[in-house]
This record gives sequence, structure tokens and C-alpha cells, in this order.
Amino acid sequence: MRGILRQFRPAIVLTLLLTLLLGIIYPLATTGVAQVIFPSQANGSIVYVNGKAIGSQLIGQYWTQPQYFHGRPSDTVNLSGTPAPYEADNSGGSNQGPTNAALIQTVQQRIAELKKENPDVPPGTPIPADLVTASASGLDPDISVAAAYYQIPRVAKARGLTQAQVQQVVNQHIQGRFLGIFGEPRINVLELNLALDQLFGSISSTNNAGAGHTADVRH
Amino acid sequence: MSFTFNGVAQILVFFVILVLITKPVGLYLIAVFEKRKTWLDPVLRPVERLFYKVAGVDEQREHDWKMYAVAMLIFSVISTVPLYIFERIQNHLPLNPAGQGPVDPTLAWNTAVSFLTNTNWQNYSGETTMSYFTQMAGLAFHNFTSAAVGIIIAVAVIRGFTRRSASNLGNFWVDLVRCCLYILLPIAFVYALVLVWQGVPQNFNAYTHIAGIQGFAQTIAQGPVASQEAIKMMGTNGGGFFNANSAHPFENPTPFSNLLEMLSIFAFGAGLIYMFGKLSGNTRNGWALFGAVSLIFLLGAFICLGAEQAGNPQLAKLGVNQTANEWSLAQPGGNMEGKEMRFGIGSSTLFATVTTDASCGAINSWHDSYTPIGGMVPLVNIQLGEIIFGGVGSGLYGLLVFAILSVFIAGLMVGRTPEYLGKKIEQFEMKMAALAILILPLSILGFTALAIVLKPGYSAIANAGPHGLTEVLYAFSSMTGNNGSAFAGLGTTTVGTPSFAFYNWTGSFAMIIGRFAFLIPVMALAGSLAKKKIVPAGPGTFPTTTPLFTGLVIGVILIVGALTFFPALALGPIVEHLLMLAGKTF
Repeated sequence: MRGILRQFRPAIVLTLLLTLLLGIIYPLATTGVAQVIFPSQANGSIVYVNGKAIGSQLIGQYWTQPQYFHGRPSDTVNLSGTPAPYEADNSGGSNQGPTNAALIQTVQQRIAELKKENPDVPPGTPIPADLVTASASGLDPDISVAAAYYQIPRVAKARGLTQAQVQQVVNQHIQGRFLGIFGEPRINVLELNLALDQLFGSISSTNNAGAGHTADVRH
Repeated sequence: MSFTFNGVAQILVFFVILVLITKPVGLYLIAVFEKRKTWLDPVLRPVERLFYKVAGVDEQREHDWKMYAVAMLIFSVISTVPLYIFERIQNHLPLNPAGQGPVDPTLAWNTAVSFLTNTNWQNYSGETTMSYFTQMAGLAFHNFTSAAVGIIIAVAVIRGFTRRSASNLGNFWVDLVRCCLYILLPIAFVYALVLVWQGVPQNFNAYTHIAGIQGFAQTIAQGPVASQEAIKMMGTNGGGFFNANSAHPFENPTPFSNLLEMLSIFAFGAGLIYMFGKLSGNTRNGWALFGAVSLIFLLGAFICLGAEQAGNPQLAKLGVNQTANEWSLAQPGGNMEGKEMRFGIGSSTLFATVTTDASCGAINSWHDSYTPIGGMVPLVNIQLGEIIFGGVGSGLYGLLVFAILSVFIAGLMVGRTPEYLGKKIEQFEMKMAALAILILPLSILGFTALAIVLKPGYSAIANAGPHGLTEVLYAFSSMTGNNGSAFAGLGTTTVGTPSFAFYNWTGSFAMIIGRFAFLIPVMALAGSLAKKKIVPAGPGTFPTTTPLFTGLVIGVILIVGALTFFPALALGPIVEHLLMLAGKTF
């Protein structure tokens, strides 16, 4: 019994000391070093245009206008539970199973919308799976190469460019696999759209991030 | 089943890297727990001494298995108190820029148990519930200590198996402090910085408001993510900073960070197997077990890849292209619902396999949206007891229970008293091993049965049909197995609903049973073995260093798992698979 009672002091003292060391000093020290050596990443890889924060390189945005490439479907909801795509303070996916009728129906709707948005895609062009399925985080910043190519006719038409011009920019933004093995080739939608605006000018009605401005992407 | 060249290559290269790091990790673990000099001594030794002095710990004094277990239990209870308090009063504590209110009491209890037991089942969404302070001083602290407790229990069990005629298994407090100081803290620090380099945030900023290019404004959640992510993965905790866990681009931004996260899940589990072999006097004892779990790991990884890459036949009918283009005009194909583009099918299914082979439970894709067979792989991995490399510590001692069972069955076949590492396995050891093996299915199947007959249990089901049963079965497998991943459609997170209370309470009991009712028989087993003399190997001794033994262990693991869980699996994923092929939806 005395042996058991003797275990209380180390239990209490070590809980306090380890909370201090591992729960407070460790994250503070990590923050201190990270803020000095990787300031952009440590603060969320925020992209600035004209000094204004227009997004994070790592967090997908909800694109609707035809002159921009669109990201993957997002099943996030806002804090009151209403569907709100790319809600960056409440990540999540659909969690719908493969035999859920609602999933099949949703994908069917997405295909119909996709075809409507992209009337110039030749009929019978295969629809890339990633373009009609919701991502896990609801904040996926990337699309596949095939998903970008699918949208080239629309983007080119909306910007008054040739498909070859747009395709060239798309090709320049393909990120390969790690060591040629891990992950998937992909395209960051925000980077691609920023590059298009910089090269060919912005034609969006609601923004002021126009041509010729350099995006301050630090990594 | 459908396989891509790249998906197969990812599994194989990952496995090769794992094999290469196993020995160095094992040797470092030995150095720390055998109290040899390490290169960190000049910095850490004074801190370590100071800790012992303040805590009144005598470094030289060792505990028998009972006192070791008592110290572990006392520490577990006491260290949980601050977490519960932090959750309840976080609105009065610093570092809460998002203004999170106090956590609901039943949720705070469930979460405290969840992080104490290394489960990290999360009935909440991190970015909308927890303040930065609660995350780092409450949750991340337990990520460290619950991992450390797992590791040092495994070390104590190794000592029990390998010491001769000894009564003590080590000093709990010394092992705890050395594990935190020499292993977890320094590695986590470097690891966190690598994650920041890859893009994981590490700040105390308020959530960032951004304007968007086409006028779409966002509020981007921030926080001290990297420091928590590092220990979350290497401690096989799995509790995400964000709701989407390692699928969130801020927790796992690149294929490289994903590879690191997967490796760090297995690193200590693999290293401990090496340590076991080395301390047993013959490393081949370790490699024989390593071989057994490697084969089960590879089997699961390939089945999961094949099922997910084949995709969903219902979507194929709609004209969705689920065939991968690996090279030009690349697209991953397969079942991409609930998966991230940068991971595709290969890096997602490998992660799902690894995180459930071990008791990690981090996810980089939603298992609920997997095809029936693809989702059955993680489920079965958990039900086998998470011994495939396993969680930090718990994997190894679970595996040793199966090793004991294997030599027992071999002994029955030749009619001799079984031995393991020169120690006779007798009635007491077999009772403890059987108890440890039976307690988990009792909790998993018992609570699942309860949940599907009670309204608060079944009304949480999100996907109708057999998939719904799988959701509940997965939940209690995960909580009992201290995994923490979920078929997350299960609606248990809405505060105030009957399901919320039901799963918070039953879940907390499942987690406590899974951790402590498993751990204590194993410690008793180790304590009993430590006392035994070594019997020299004779002609009737079943060698435990051979491929034959490896095969036997695999057979025992799979047969015990199949006998226990096949009926439940048949009603869940297996029948769902057949219905999916027949074109049925719910």
C-alpha cells in the first residue's frame, strides 16, 4: 500500500512538468523556429496580390466563372450545417458510401452541370473521376491533368484565346509525383488561374487583381 | 480488382524504406531503455535528473509488473484531469483567437478518454471546437504521453519475455521520462519543422480572412498544426487538428509529407519488433515476427488498392472514367469520392492500410466512401488487433500474445509443453493470453449489437443498407482497438442528440476496455514470464526463428480473426459488395 501511495507524487509532478515541456514549451519553440526559417508556410502559405490576401496556395477555392479553371466538388458545410463549398474553417467530405443512392444521384447532377458548363467538349470525351467526386477535405487545391484539359475549351473561349495558348499554361503547371513514385500528377487550380490572369489579363468583373501584378508566392 | 503500376510501386518502395529504418530505430530504442549513452545526453541528462529530483523518483529502483501497472494507471488518471479541465474552461484560457466556447461535458469526457487511451476518436471537428491552448497543452500533451505509455509497456513486456529469473520489469517513471525526452520530443521537433517546410502551418494567428480572386471570400483556419501533427503521427494517435485530419491540405500538404506520415506510423512499431529480437538474444526471433506482419500488411495494401482502383460500377455506368491514366493526360481514376487529388488512389489506400494496421487512426481519405472491399481492409486490420507493426507498443505486445498462442498450438500438435524463448508456457500464461485475445471481440461485437438494437445507436447511421451496419461495426472496432479512424458518416457529433450521448458514453467504455482490459493481462503474462528460468532448447522445441513459425503466426492471426468476425463482416461489407455488383443502391 505504501508503494502505491508513493506513486502519486511522481504522477502529479510529472503531469505538470511534462505538460509544461511537451504541451507548452515544445509548440512555442517549434513556432519560434518555424516562423523564422519558413515564414510563408508557417502562416498558411497565404498568396498576396497587390498586398491583399487572396487565398492560400494549399486551400482550394470555389470557382464558378467560366474564364477560370474550376476545382473539385466540395461537400463542406458552414457552421450552421448548410452546404457551403470550400468552407475553409470547417473541412470535411460527403462520407457517402458506394451504394448510397444519394451519391449516385449527386454525381449524375454534377455530370449534367459539367457538360452544360463545357459545351465545346466533344461528346464522348471521358469524364475524369476527380472532377465529379467530392474531395476528402472539401478544400482540395488540385485537379488532375485530365480534369484541367477537360476545361481548356471553355476557358480558352471565355478569354478569347486559342486552346493551344491555354494548354501551354496548363502544361507548365503540372506538378509531378514525389520521386516519380508517390502521389499523383496534379495542377494547383489557384496557381493556374493566377498565371492566366497575369499572362492574359483579368476579365473578372468582381476582382481587382489584374494583369501585370506579381503574385507574391514565396515557396 | 484493378492495379496501376504506380500504385504497386508505392507499396513496394514504402515497404523497402520501412525495412531499412527498422534496425536503426530499434537500436536507438535499445540505447534509450537500456540507459546507454546517447548523443543527446549532454543536453537532456540534466533535464532528466531534474525531473526525477522534483518528482521524487529513485532512478535505480525497479518495479514488479503489478507496481508497474499501478503506476501506469495512476498516471493515466491524474494526467487526464488537466485535459478535461482545459476543455471545459478553454473560453477563459489564453490562445483562443477563434473564440471557442467550453466543450460539452459528455464530449469533454469522451475526448479525454479518447486521448488518454491513444485512441483519438474525435466526436468533434477540431477547427470549430477546440482552442489552440486545448489542442497543444491538452490534446498534444496526451499524444506524447499516451504514446510513451504504449511504448514503455511494450518495453516492460519485452523485459518480461527476455529477462531470466527476474521479478522486476523496470521503473515506470524512468521509462516514461526517457521515452518522452530522448525519443519523442527531439524527433517530433525536427519532424514538425520538416512538415512546416512542406506547408503545414505553425502559428497562433486568428483565422485568416481572404478575399479570393473572383470575389469568393474564405475564413482559413490556422493554428500550431505542425507541432501537433508530428506527434499525432509518430505516436500513432491520429487525432487531427482539423476535422478532415490528414486529408486536410494543412495537415498533409504533399505526397512527400504523406510518405513521411505513413513511415512515422510504422517506425516505432517496427523498431520495437527489432528491439524484441535483439534483447531475446537472437534477432531472428524479431525478424520472424516482422515477416509475419509484413505479409499481412502487403496482403491488405494490395487488396485495398485493387478494390479502390477498380472504382464504383454505378459511377462507371454514368460515364465517369475510372480507368487511371498514369502517364500522359494523367488522372487517377478509381473511386475518388472522399479522396484527395494529390494522393489519388495509391497514396490513399496505402495510408488507409497503414493507419489501421497500426492503431493510428489518422485518415487521408474517408473510409466511409470506400468501396465495400476497400473499406473492409481497414476494418479487418483493426479487428485483427492492430498488430500488423501495430500502434506504438500495443502492436508489439498484441503480437507477442499471438506468438504465445502459436507456440501453444504447435505444442498441442506435437504433444509437448510449449516454450517461447526458452520459457515454458503454462496454464497462467495461456489464461492471460486468451483473456487478452477475447476481451476485444467481446467489446466490439457486444457494443455493436447494442447499438443496432437501440434507437440512439442505429439512428446515427448515415448510409442505408448493409453499409450502415459497417459504420457501427467500424466505430466500435475502432474505439475498442484504440484506433480512432471512423466510417465518419455515423452521425454522432451533433451536441444534444441522443446519439451524441449514446456514442460518447459507450465509446468511452469501449476505449477504456480496449486499452486497459487488454494491457493488464499482457503485463501479468510478462511478469510471470520474467520469473521463469530458461530451459535449454531440446529436440522437441519448436523453433521460433524460422519461416515455418512465421507461417504459423500468420495462420493463427487470420484464423482467430476470421472465426471471430466473419459473421459480422458477411452482413456488412461482403453482402454490400455483392449488392453493389448487382447494381443495387439504398
